[in-house]
Amino acid sequence: MREHVNKSLTSAVAWIDERFPLTANWKAHLSEYYAPKNFNFWYYFGSLALLVLVIQILTGIFLTMNYKPDAGMAFASVEYIMRDVSWGWLIRYMHSTGASMFFVVVYLHMFRGLLYGSHRNPRELIWLFGVGIFLCLMGEAFFGYLLPWGQMSYWGAQVIINLFNSIPFIGPDISLWIRGDYTIADATLNRFFAFHVIALPLVLLGLVVAHIIALHEVGSNNPDGVEIKKHKDPKTHIPLDGIPFHPYYTVKDIVGVVVFLIVFSCVIFFAPEMGGYFLEANNFIPANPMVTPPHIAPVWYFTPYYSILRAVPPLFNSQFPGVVAMGASVLIFAALPWLDRSPVKSIRYRGGLYKRWLTVFVVSFLVLGYLGTEPTTVWGTFDKHVILLGGADRATVVARFCTAAYFLFFILMPWYTRIDKTKPVPERVTS
Amino acid sequence: MAKPEVDQSKRRFLVAATAGAGAVGAVAVATPFVSSMLPSERAKAAGAPVEVDISSCETGVLKTAEWRGKVIWIVKRSKQMLDDLPTLNDKLSDPLLEVDQQPEYCKNATRSIKPEVMVMIGLCTHLGCSPTPKFKSAEGDMGEEWKGGFLCPCHGSKFDLAGRVFKGSPAPINLEVPPHKYLSDNMLLIGVGQDGKEA
Amino acid sequence: MKKLLLILSLLVPTLAMAGEGGNFPAAPINMSDQASLQRGAKIFVNYCLSCHSASVMRYNRLKDIGLTDEQIKKNLMFAGEKVGDTMMVAMDKSEAKGWFGATPPDLSVIARARGADWLYAYMRGFYRDNTRPTGWNNTVFDKVGMPNVLYELQGEQRLVTAPDETGKPASHLVLDKPGTLSPAEYDKAAADLVNYLVYMGEPARAVRTHMGGYVLIFLAFMFVLALLLKKEFWKDIH
Repeated sequence: MREHVNKSLTSAVAWIDERFPLTANWKAHLSEYYAPKNFNFWYYFGSLALLVLVIQILTGIFLTMNYKPDAGMAFASVEYIMRDVSWGWLIRYMHSTGASMFFVVVYLHMFRGLLYGSHRNPRELIWLFGVGIFLCLMGEAFFGYLLPWGQMSYWGAQVIINLFNSIPFIGPDISLWIRGDYTIADATLNRFFAFHVIALPLVLLGLVVAHIIALHEVGSNNPDGVEIKKHKDPKTHIPLDGIPFHPYYTVKDIVGVVVFLIVFSCVIFFAPEMGGYFLEANNFIPANPMVTPPHIAPVWYFTPYYSILRAVPPLFNSQFPGVVAMGASVLIFAALPWLDRSPVKSIRYRGGLYKRWLTVFVVSFLVLGYLGTEPTTVWGTFDKHVILLGGADRATVVARFCTAAYFLFFILMPWYTRIDKTKPVPERVTS
Repeated sequence: MAKPEVDQSKRRFLVAATAGAGAVGAVAVATPFVSSMLPSERAKAAGAPVEVDISSCETGVLKTAEWRGKVIWIVKRSKQMLDDLPTLNDKLSDPLLEVDQQPEYCKNATRSIKPEVMVMIGLCTHLGCSPTPKFKSAEGDMGEEWKGGFLCPCHGSKFDLAGRVFKGSPAPINLEVPPHKYLSDNMLLIGVGQDGKEA
Repeated sequence: MKKLLLILSLLVPTLAMAGEGGNFPAAPINMSDQASLQRGAKIFVNYCLSCHSASVMRYNRLKDIGLTDEQIKKNLMFAGEKVGDTMMVAMDKSEAKGWFGATPPDLSVIARARGADWLYAYMRGFYRDNTRPTGWNNTVFDKVGMPNVLYELQGEQRLVTAPDETGKPASHLVLDKPGTLSPAEYDKAAADLVNYLVYMGEPARAVRTHMGGYVLIFLAFMFVLALLLKKEFWKDIH
């Protein structure tokens, strides 16, 4: 019996292989894709990002079946999903939690790159595709956040779109064009819906495929930052430190997936609002163009950039410098492969300078992120007698320092990575 | 890669167990998604049983009601109409109601709870058009033999005054009797049967 | 790994901040107390629903809190709606705006927007203020458009401003005319109402937390299997 099944399976695969490279792809990307054997904790987040992408697309499809992209009906249709659609609440919470978890996973995935030099030669293009994915995600998050049509949706979009106003000369026309109305209105909601559910997901999927193809072309980096392709078995041409992705990393990633799902489920089932960080209280009030909520802040994953925006002082009464700084704070990641001049990739063999700068960067990022969720008055003001700073908001001053540190991490990188005292890199990966 | 000392049976067992548990999980995840496509509470509320007052119904006049977006016919039949029903049996496809198109309590000669009151879903069992009432005997184009009933304008299916389909009609089976019950003498509830079953 | 711990330790205070929901004392509510939820529902339909809708809440959803269709129809529905209808109000929105200065908001998800503690403080915070068109004001919602609809139960309170021990001006409420309920009974009624509002904000909550337990048990089992599987295969790697 088993032999019979095996035989018909083999012939079915052969039939497909003559018409489509099924086995060839299976081998190239899984069973004969050789990944370094020394992946650690940080290497779970790539597969997890893929998992969250699938979750978002699946839950998103089912949400569109009941959501109404109409300013008069959107808010109620979300509550309709939460109550009247059977299991609608679960699908909605999966999607709202998935949005935040996407950023958690992607931030950790990016940090892995900074730790082990995954952006370095020959993986610059992988990194660039990754930055593209990150931008797409931010777009997805921004467009998607308008859809529930609550107060935070409305005023958040209002603030972000008005940033474009500050672009010299053409700013107001651009924001008018984005809105399609004189205020955020039904037209805006409709087009944001179109971007959120079809335009950006298509681009996102394309970029993810490109990201993985590029990765599998050059091979994965590893915590030692050495190229495993340098040492191959002379007979089989298999990297000596490589192991087939399938089954070894598939079974390992399953463990990661289950752990992730445990965290994910804890949020969905026991804290879907996550203390107001994943779902904000004010977003349970329907959008009202006449009343701005007393305190508006972006969702947590945007707050570092929002802090940078607020920290940069206006020039000639224009917010434009802040807007430029905010844009630059995201786009500057794309320059990383060329800013980093260190002879080594991994943090294991870098010197103290890089380690210190990376710590400064991470701390600045987190402080900026925290400050972005709070009003600028959160830490009070400096005493009048303090030189230069008397009367200034403490939080704003701290945000300015952090903004400077954030950018200096990148701008000074060519200098400090070159003079850093590195340690000798082993020929082969360490276990 | 596999070394000879590897316990292949243990490995196979673990693969099967994980795959099995994963499949259980996948089905468990799929269930909410699939059931989210069933009628929502709003649809159920809109499709809830409807009450129809039939006190004003005149004999031989069609009264319509709506239930779940379907037209419901209510007709009070005259003695003559009821007497005519059994005489039609040999011209009908399913005079003895073998196809399950009515609740158990309406599986009788008049296909109704009260013999004189016909309650029927007014949609042709062929392709779902709503037939036209032709209540008069020998009415115009219906021929001499016609004892009153319904004619579907789309493809000409004919039904008698108990919703039973005539032989030779495109419609394969009798019209459907919805679940219903009497709340009082003149108050009908469409959507829940007197046996308590909902549609 | 050390870095990770560092990051986590930095995140913890941030998340802890998230728990704060204003400076109101915690509302004494218990979501699993069905009797309290039922009393709250009764107060809601009798007092709130004349002006405030709950346009996404269906009457028959109240089966969640242990009521039957018949009980809902008999005790909680007055305008001859169907039991599957949502809780709408007959009052005209623009007229309401004329009377109160603002349209009374829909209360379906008010508890998720305001939080239970705020609502509890609000329901107990009404006092007489003759400078207001309605004659009422509120300690947590200054110049509120809504009059105290529960004054028959609560009685009438007055705001008294007097210096506290440190000499700073402080204000507190004094009961001028008692209502049909004692202050303790009224607080209990207010808690019941808030309890109901919290339930109505997310009726699926009970199912959600119940399900969550089973999901976690399954995932824990799955984790053990996955770990054994990984360990088994990774025996090959040296």
